[in-house]
Amino acid sequence: MTPNPTHITAPAGTPFIEVVREFDAPRDLVFRASTDPDLVARWLGPRRLSMRIIEFDARTGGSYRYVHTDTDGEEYPFRGVFHTVSEALIIQTFEFEDIPGVVSLETRTLDDLGDRTRLHQNAVFPSVAARDQALESGMRHGITESMDRLGELLGARSGRR
Amino acid sequence: MTRTSGDPDRLDRAFAALADPVRRAIIARLSTGPATVNELAEPFPITVQAVSQHVGVLEQAGLVTRTRQAQRRPVHLDPAALESVTAWIDTYRLQAERSHRRLDAVLESLKEES
Repeated sequence: MTPNPTHITAPAGTPFIEVVREFDAPRDLVFRASTDPDLVARWLGPRRLSMRIIEFDARTGGSYRYVHTDTDGEEYPFRGVFHTVSEALIIQTFEFEDIPGVVSLETRTLDDLGDRTRLHQNAVFPSVAARDQALESGMRHGITESMDRLGELLGARSGRR
Repeated sequence: MTRTSGDPDRLDRAFAALADPVRRAIIARLSTGPATVNELAEPFPITVQAVSQHVGVLEQAGLVTRTRQAQRRPVHLDPAALESVTAWIDTYRLQAERSHRRLDAVLESLKEES
């Protein structure tokens, strides 16, 4: 099965990153997978990093903190607060603790399409430079090492089908 | 594809150059074909000298090149350089895509449970 495409818009010279993606599951499941810490740990973040959730209280006014650790033991801690949490709308802050004070604001809507759900996420950074740095870190902390992990995960799933 | 995306200084210059709306408009115009500075200046309420300076910044960033053709010096877009900028965003996209595929898998397992 071909995965649904992830659409990302990050116009040069703006502090925005927009992500749109559909999931073949009803909205209550997507909401659960986005708010239950045990489920979040199974998918969020770059693959080659292990994810340790310290706190994940996905309720209006709650906060979260988690640490990604790479294979060299290097730690990347992130934290933020949940401003609004409902099934249709999640608004939260996001901060990489190694760059304190650079906090982005993420607004995520989940559109109920019946047995499908459309995620729309808009992140606003405090400056264009901060946005560009976030894009760059996507590359730096990225990609290649964890191809395997993804392959395993997808292989395991298609094997069960 | 040229792997200029591995050169952070160059990317810094490219992003800085593209942070300006006039320069983005110039890039958009050049994506349809080469043009002289005079032609590039036409749509803008600023002087030809100012547009020439913007072109200079784009040239420094490696996004455009100027050739000498008698008195005409057409400005050309360098598609490979622009690609190195968009490749950055592509890498970010790849990472997001992989997260989302894992989320797909989580959702599948939740559906099986219920």
